[in-house]
Amino acid sequence: MAELRPPIESGAPDPMPYMHPVMKKNYGKWVFHSHPKPGVLYHRAESGDAIWTVKAGTQRQMDTYTIRELSDIADKYGDGYVRFTARSNIEYMVADEAKVEPLIKALNDAGYPVGGTANSVSMIAHTQGWLHCDIPGTDASGVVKALMDELYDDFVKCEMPNRVKLSTSCCEINCGGQADIAIIIQHTKPPKINHDLVANVCERPSVVARCPVAAIRPALVNGKPSLEVDEKKCICCGACFPPCPPMQINDPEHSKIAIWVGGKNSNARSKPTFHKLVAAGLPNNAPRWPEVGEVVKKILATYKEDGKPWERMIDWIDRIGWPAFFEKTGLPFTKYHIDNWRGGRANLNASAHIRF
Amino acid sequence: MAKKMYDTPMLDQLESGPWPSFVTGLKRLAKDNDMMVDLLGQLEASYKTKKGYWKGGTVGVFGYGGGVIPRFTELKDENEKPLYPDAAEFHTLRIQPPAGMHYDTKTLRWMCDVWEKHGSGLIAFHGQSGDIMFQGIKTENVQAAFDELNENGFDLGGAGPALRTSMSCVGAARCEMSCYDEARALRTVINNNLDDMHRPALPYKFKFKFSGCGNDCVNAIQRSDMATLGTWRDNMQVNEELIQAWVAKNGKGELVNQVINMCPTKALSLKKIGSESKADGVVAAKIDAEDCLEIDNHNCVRCMHCLNVIPGGLLPGKDKGVTILVGGKGVLKIGATMGTVVVPFMKLESDEDFEKLGELARNILDFFAENALEHERTGEMIDRIGLVNFLEGIGLEIDPNMISQPRSNPYVRMDGWDEEAEKWEERKSA
Repeated sequence: MAELRPPIESGAPDPMPYMHPVMKKNYGKWVFHSHPKPGVLYHRAESGDAIWTVKAGTQRQMDTYTIRELSDIADKYGDGYVRFTARSNIEYMVADEAKVEPLIKALNDAGYPVGGTANSVSMIAHTQGWLHCDIPGTDASGVVKALMDELYDDFVKCEMPNRVKLSTSCCEINCGGQADIAIIIQHTKPPKINHDLVANVCERPSVVARCPVAAIRPALVNGKPSLEVDEKKCICCGACFPPCPPMQINDPEHSKIAIWVGGKNSNARSKPTFHKLVAAGLPNNAPRWPEVGEVVKKILATYKEDGKPWERMIDWIDRIGWPAFFEKTGLPFTKYHIDNWRGGRANLNASAHIRF
Repeated sequence: MAKKMYDTPMLDQLESGPWPSFVTGLKRLAKDNDMMVDLLGQLEASYKTKKGYWKGGTVGVFGYGGGVIPRFTELKDENEKPLYPDAAEFHTLRIQPPAGMHYDTKTLRWMCDVWEKHGSGLIAFHGQSGDIMFQGIKTENVQAAFDELNENGFDLGGAGPALRTSMSCVGAARCEMSCYDEARALRTVINNNLDDMHRPALPYKFKFKFSGCGNDCVNAIQRSDMATLGTWRDNMQVNEELIQAWVAKNGKGELVNQVINMCPTKALSLKKIGSESKADGVVAAKIDAEDCLEIDNHNCVRCMHCLNVIPGGLLPGKDKGVTILVGGKGVLKIGATMGTVVVPFMKLESDEDFEKLGELARNILDFFAENALEHERTGEMIDRIGLVNFLEGIGLEIDPNMISQPRSNPYVRMDGWDEEAEKWEERKSA
């Protein structure tokens, strides 16, 4: 066996060797941008230099054929430089405006939608799901593919009041993150415990400590050390499942999908906000999750119709109020929408402010 | 040629429709790759039963304790033989991208070559923490794949209770809103703390993220334990010509509706020329022969809205720097928390400024390492010990910019009031 090589602890690479020369030259010296059309951005620097960006959607989980094809397009129609956004869109930067249209055509011809800029519904930030996660309640890439097929027009056009960010998460840990519309697994039954395995697989005190509502306690079951769950207390969050896989939380029928709206990471206008529950109980209906698509499209259509320019989802709802949101979208309002987590009274209406 | 493909009627339904299909990509790889044939088999099984079949384990590279996500199949027959043996090991290498996620095509093609040689050929740009995820590799190939990537300038990212891979926005590379060199800040902070990334020994994960302005395109406030956001403290820059062009195109009414009325602190107003305020920090931009847009800079909270609406017409000021927030995190265990301000403003231009940022980051990491409980994030630790104790621990002064309002109940012991008030006076006169 060859001698093992110690790693080179180089960390995050310097981006300069990989950066478009015009961006490198004008680093920190940009003064203007515009949005000539959906999927295209124009930036101008102090020096007068300009750069056009063409943004396209990808499937994020890419095979080498796809990456080479995207590279071929960059070499033939672009300047050989790309970058990826936080939502896995690919951006081609070109220094010559004449390259923009042929580049868009090449991307479209190869099946990559050009869009995702400004007031569009951008690509969905998502997780790993059944493809690679060890605790997934559903898939990630499949949900995203199915939804983006439905939202294709909203990606390639820019007709929303403001930008719309979506995320999906295959468990309640919500690795997909906060979003204008977030689609998240919501378990509805306590974990099913395999008491034969707990003692050997799980570090019991840390599993007990992991429960947000102190519903787990050590117990002797059938003469074996195990854990038991106070099912009246249990909120079915699944936090015990990662440290203790014998506490199976995923259930083909009872792991449902919930939809949350109004998360906003930007500080623009209002302070950043967390998304809020609006719908739940949707079936985990692979491979295309049509029930989820219906609710998302209904929310988007209502927002598109009713939102004013520059209002993000939460700005719109803050203006019209939650009763109007439920009325306009036709979504049922239930007792589960009323927050009873610690500090939850801050989410109640402590005023006489009521719209009629 | 690879072995025969399984029937995948569920996954096949994800090949139609206009959005690029990852299933088509997986099938392309499976044509000459047994691992992908079996991966498709296992994924189809998940689609049928609605269950995941991966478990973790321990796989790594020499010299590091983290950065590889091990995955072993749980789909086995009664003799413990994997049902999909060629994908029985399907690990991921997390690799840190260049800050800002820039690539030339030569590098992308090279990454494809490396991953076809050692792994499955499936790469995600990028994971939610910002890693390039090289997905699908057997244990025996992990070291060779890492060696080839590592010898060409790329390093493993973070996993487990460790410093995690970081993200910065496109920032100074292509955005006029950028208030500092985001890539440099990321590399200063991350690359000086790699030991905590490569040898996981923290109470839990720790994330840094870097956004060039309040638009926070990498979701730093919500998604990172320490968020660095660009800002400025002088007057915003005004380009009258571009503002006038915007008004000529959209009309004065829309300037009122879309800009002035949407300012969260009412720092903007429409004034007749000649009636502008002469107060300090107030700037007026002429929009036509009659009116001007008045900007009360001292009351502007740098939310970025008006700059977003009139790009180039309104720009960040020249006295730029950063605001630092601490304690953002996801749901586990107390619910999601936003970061809160611990440094309202610091300059970030000179070598010394960057050194100071690096020291602050190290200081916060050290405090977290020493004081957080097992599996506790920074935000939860602050919830438990209180912001004041956290600030004292890392040696930062309190500041009213850290709160949205003072406490509203009297249940606190305040017999140190006089000394505390004196401290405030001293700081103010310093």
